[in-house]
Amino acid sequence: MTNVNIPLLEIRNLHASIEEDGTEILRGIDLKILPGEVHAVMGPNGSGKSTLAHVLSGRPGYKVTQGTVSFLGKDLLAMKPEERAREGVFLAFQYPVEIPGVSNNYFLRTAVNAIRRHRGQPEMDAMDFLALLDEKAKLVEMEEALLNRSVNEGFSGGEKKRNEVLQMALLDPRLAILDETDSGLDIDALRIAAGGVNALRDGTRGFLVITHYQRLLNYIVPDVVHVLSDGRIVRSGDKSLALELEAKGYGWIEKEAAAAAR
Amino acid sequence: MNDALLNELTQREYQHGFVTDVETESIPAGLSEDVVRIISKKKNEPEWLLEWRLKAYRHWLTMEEPSWARVSYPKIDYQKIVYYAAPKSAKEGPTSLADVDPELLAMYEKLGVPLKEREILAGVAVDAVIDSVSVATTFREKLASVGIVFCSFSEAVHSHPDLVRKWLGSVVPSRDNFFAALNSAVFSDGSFCYIPKGVRCPMELSTYFRINQADTGQFERTLIVAEEGATVSYLEGCTAPKRDVNQLHAAVVELVAMDDATIKYSTVQNWYPGDREGKGGIYNFVTKRGKCLGKRSKISWTQVETGSAITWKYPSCILMGDDSIGEFYSVALANNYQQADTGTKMIHIGKNTRSTIVSKGISAGHGQNTYRGGVTILKSAVGARNYSQCDSLLIGDQCGAHTFPYIEVKNSSATLEHEASTSKIGEDQLFYCMQRGISAEDAVSLIVNGFAKRVLKELPMEFAVEAQKLLGVSLEGSVG
Repeated sequence: MTNVNIPLLEIRNLHASIEEDGTEILRGIDLKILPGEVHAVMGPNGSGKSTLAHVLSGRPGYKVTQGTVSFLGKDLLAMKPEERAREGVFLAFQYPVEIPGVSNNYFLRTAVNAIRRHRGQPEMDAMDFLALLDEKAKLVEMEEALLNRSVNEGFSGGEKKRNEVLQMALLDPRLAILDETDSGLDIDALRIAAGGVNALRDGTRGFLVITHYQRLLNYIVPDVVHVLSDGRIVRSGDKSLALELEAKGYGWIEKEAAAAAR
Repeated sequence: MNDALLNELTQREYQHGFVTDVETESIPAGLSEDVVRIISKKKNEPEWLLEWRLKAYRHWLTMEEPSWARVSYPKIDYQKIVYYAAPKSAKEGPTSLADVDPELLAMYEKLGVPLKEREILAGVAVDAVIDSVSVATTFREKLASVGIVFCSFSEAVHSHPDLVRKWLGSVVPSRDNFFAALNSAVFSDGSFCYIPKGVRCPMELSTYFRINQADTGQFERTLIVAEEGATVSYLEGCTAPKRDVNQLHAAVVELVAMDDATIKYSTVQNWYPGDREGKGGIYNFVTKRGKCLGKRSKISWTQVETGSAITWKYPSCILMGDDSIGEFYSVALANNYQQADTGTKMIHIGKNTRSTIVSKGISAGHGQNTYRGGVTILKSAVGARNYSQCDSLLIGDQCGAHTFPYIEVKNSSATLEHEASTSKIGEDQLFYCMQRGISAEDAVSLIVNGFAKRVLKELPMEFAVEAQKLLGVSLEGSVG
């Protein structure tokens, strides 16, 4: 189905700043994800991890000053946020948003149908959608009651994150970006969320897993680990890099990077 | 936020702005005792009704237009308004749909009120009022078989004079306020509905109001009486053509509920709101009041107010009967330069009377939305209870939301709760929806409908769908 020669995502020399005050956060990111690969991006607070996720998904408030991002050969940065989503870029939010009065079920069906329309597929009616929803909800052990409540309203931290993974499963993206999905999760919630993600690894879908801690990577085992520091990727390696970071902290790598820059 | 997007979304066009070319008979502009007499004569009214009108007119002359509402508009010249206009073909009054001018039927079709189909498919009885005259009332035979009277007001004056005479002005006296007095003097038509003892009205009753002629005021009058144990659900919808000049709509609605009777009154108001710069639009100055006269009676108002340049409207309940219940559910939307000052009054007189107020105000563009509500618990109202909830949603940063709750309690056994909130459609919420593939326009509609859900679910099913769409359409161009 996918041409393995075309990268899923190719970021070249990406620079981005905060629109309001011009502060540069990303200072030249290069990253290539092939179909089926899981890439982890780690780094200390303030290194630009979440900004990377926001810029890729088209969140307002950032300005790309240099560089390109191509997604399956298309110019991702030229697309509106909803177009990126419809083309297959999914962002699991670090802080999922509440939408009072809109049932989770209805919200999800609206989203699924927006994407199906884009793909030229017929819209799903309420019955067909319920069947699909039931199936996917099992993946993240989501209770039915949560599907009928307002989107994320009154959900616990773990429930919100599971809801993100559920949405990912329903929307069937080509590239899933997980922005600190592990933050605020206890070990059981983490296991369930990670289980949901692993079930979606099908050899063609790509993942960009942003995390502060190595812990998540015990559950979602990455093909490549990148370390982000001060808006740049300062080192890339295999999963053992994450373990090394866990043992030694970020300090040594930042020092090395600083030395190399000199 | 994304201004361009916001603008695009808030600036969708009014869809009911067409004018229908129907031959009309109208009288010259201006108001005088003679005009009141002409209207009464055109309707072939009995002497007592003419006297009632003249009394109202003479009193109106002594009154001042109210200025306490948080709305501003240039002074209305009441001598420039046409107080009577009727489609010519309807002069004799149609007796069945077959007699209705096909142009008119086509117009209602365009508005989404296909009278014929409604009659056959939906089982909703419809009374259609264009400019000043009721043009068709459907389904009346079926209703008559259970003793329900549902007809135009002018018809009721002739067919059921005793009922009209007994109840007209019993809830909203002709001297009640400036606009009610004006209406009492010049009202031309409206709907009349009488549900006899113990009868549950088997279908939704509905009236569609349409202002078609230029420079015409619409002054309709609706009266609904539910006898002991009777139940009725009534819906009104309104539209008007696009015109550069403002048009006046000053209606009066009176409801009376006897022991154990229930009246549910729903409004979807979509009068022309004016253009993006605030030019034109309907001035909607309406007095609506229900009297829970009987024990355990219940009156429930639900309104979705999306149209009009100015809305001045406070559907209220006088809770006289012990254990009677009053409800007010409202969604009011003010976009572009619309101004809405709306709310309710709940007057508790009987023992253990209960009232619920749920008001949802949505402001976008330069819209100004005011909730004004009064809860009065009189000394006699032992054990009265009220719950009020007023929420405001702001879209963009040029609009305003204002809340004026008045509470007056004269009995210490009363229980009152008041909740209020103001929120803004957040960039976060919009982005979250968009990241899931939902367009900005659909996202706004989704969020707004979620906000208004508590009220929308009070509407009869098919109208809830209509109202949802209307909210979305009215906000197009408003994301911000």
